[in-house]
Amino acid sequence: MRARLHRPDPRGRFGEYGGRFAPETLMTALEELEVEFASAWADPLFVGEYHRLLELYVGRPTPLYPAHRLSERLGVEVWLKREDLAHTGAHKINNALGQGLLAHRMGKPRIIAETGAGQHGVATATAAAVLGLECQVYMGEVDIRRQAPNVSRMQILGADVIGVASGAGTLKDAVSEAMRDWARTVEETQYVIGSVVGPHPFPWMVRELQKVIGDEVLRQSEQLPDVAVACVGGGSNAIGMFWPLAGTGVELVGVEAGGEGIGTGRHGASIGAGSPGILHGARTYMLQDDDGQVLEAHSISAGLDYPGVGPEHSYFQEVGLARYVSVTDREALDGVRLLALTEGIIPALESAHAVAWVAREASSLRHKTVLINLSGRGDKDMEMLVERL
Amino acid sequence: MSNYERAAAARMRSGAERIADLFSVAREEDRAVFLPFLTAGLPNPASSTQLFAAMAEAGADGFEVGIPYSDPLMDGPVICRGSEQAILEGATLDRSLSILGEVAETTGLPSLAMTYANPVFRRGADRFCDRLAEAGAAGLIVADLPFDEAGPLGDAARRHGLGLVLFLALTSGYNRIRAVAEAEPSFIYAVANLGVTGERSEWSSRVERLVEGIREVTDVPVVLGVGISTPEQAAIAAGLADGFIVGTALVRRVLESADEEDAARSLAGLVGEMASAARR
Repeated sequence: MRARLHRPDPRGRFGEYGGRFAPETLMTALEELEVEFASAWADPLFVGEYHRLLELYVGRPTPLYPAHRLSERLGVEVWLKREDLAHTGAHKINNALGQGLLAHRMGKPRIIAETGAGQHGVATATAAAVLGLECQVYMGEVDIRRQAPNVSRMQILGADVIGVASGAGTLKDAVSEAMRDWARTVEETQYVIGSVVGPHPFPWMVRELQKVIGDEVLRQSEQLPDVAVACVGGGSNAIGMFWPLAGTGVELVGVEAGGEGIGTGRHGASIGAGSPGILHGARTYMLQDDDGQVLEAHSISAGLDYPGVGPEHSYFQEVGLARYVSVTDREALDGVRLLALTEGIIPALESAHAVAWVAREASSLRHKTVLINLSGRGDKDMEMLVERL
Repeated sequence: MSNYERAAAARMRSGAERIADLFSVAREEDRAVFLPFLTAGLPNPASSTQLFAAMAEAGADGFEVGIPYSDPLMDGPVICRGSEQAILEGATLDRSLSILGEVAETTGLPSLAMTYANPVFRRGADRFCDRLAEAGAAGLIVADLPFDEAGPLGDAARRHGLGLVLFLALTSGYNRIRAVAEAEPSFIYAVANLGVTGERSEWSSRVERLVEGIREVTDVPVVLGVGISTPEQAAIAAGLADGFIVGTALVRRVLESADEEDAARSLAGLVGEMASAARR
């Protein structure tokens, strides 16, 4: 098994994955961003300010909670990393604040973002408000409908939400539109990408800003779990937890969106049912046809409704640092109910995928300790939950 | 020379050589090379070639034939809509490459494929170039492939005698300009505006500085594109660079036309004006 990489190679590759497949107009900005982030990340003042905000503003460290009643029900010792308790209700704020601080340091007055479930949009709007930056968020029209409460939150926080009607009107289209905006405004704008996707240096930078999750787990647990589980769309919460644990002997499991079932073709399992290609500036596993046309993903959870995955996950899969599985929409809904009834926690539909996998595999996980990254809370999904549960 | 003779003569020279010929002839005639862009498969795969033929008749020097792609990051709303329509009408990758072959054969003009990285690497760089060469293409342009990632495709293109085009932009600094020059592309596609393809009312004064910056380090022809939609802008581009590309304005005309004949007339009109503007 090959080891995790502290930094991708000079071309931005994790093994065969990653790189910088971007229009020339963005290349200089990407080169600058890499240099600026590396210098900020080595600067104690910048890192100190980031950690000060994480502690006093976000409320970190988030608890590592032993889920006794769930453990009893499943016959598996389950711990929850409570990212749902972070300010704004998900892990996304770790990254948005870090990139917002970087924009501030680079003297860029405007930040833009894409969002699927709306959690990254809310986190970016929040970071913009607290740091005094202008903010615009691209969001697919379909997602605007299914995540209405988050649209209102972004607007109250002073961000402009721009609907994207192209394609399927979901996360992929929002990423593409944000990149087009960035090509036009690159000199005064920072694109605060929401996951470990996109051209180099984004996958590396976002992982660095999210690995606080796994770093805390290392400090908080007297004994490491046997298995660590996280949902994977682009994969930022998963890599944030996996990276510090990789190589420690903890089995890492990423749960992709099985949608209506892999066999139906309506899913978001880029690693499980996709193939390597180039999407949004990086070489990675993706959903595509024989012509290389990008296929639409499908998931009940907007945050996993994406036909690609972060390139470092492709690398983790290839070298065996983690394995990737999927659960269906139906199983995820059951996961929401299970956690709500046993622990009084309504998880985001995304995070419920990780819960659902543990529930499904309970018999093979018996007597093991399993850590679930509870990446977000379910308030945004109430309408869907009322309809489907 | 008839189209047929031109096509026959063309087969004797490689794609890269035919692109080079375009620029040397234009230089002798003191004019810029004019390359219209149109998406293959518009308004439908069966009548696409006749639109290119109408543009050839009206004075185009060669073509950028767009291979419709599901996620065209460098393109604005008009070309995106064109791509969506072409795909809906049945322009698969193979069909689009056949159209490119028909265009090259019918018009006898150097025709370059304009595509994105994923379809190329999905098929494999070598197989993709092999198919292009077989179809009679002169070269290719890949919108999301900066020189940093272009090495393997450049090698494949060379093996098949195709010209590879590389990009520079208003944001490209000296180091990038030098690196692109050293890669010796068939021409440099200089992106004349920030942002994606589309019509612009303003023309950035920085374009001039970019072209000068490139000319200081290389003799590789410079072709301006992105944001050129009127004959006035074309004339400015022709004064600055070795050639220019017009895309969105043409795709828009096709999308707004009632039928194929209407589209061909409309394209010929604009291409004629642009071709006149190419004379210095």
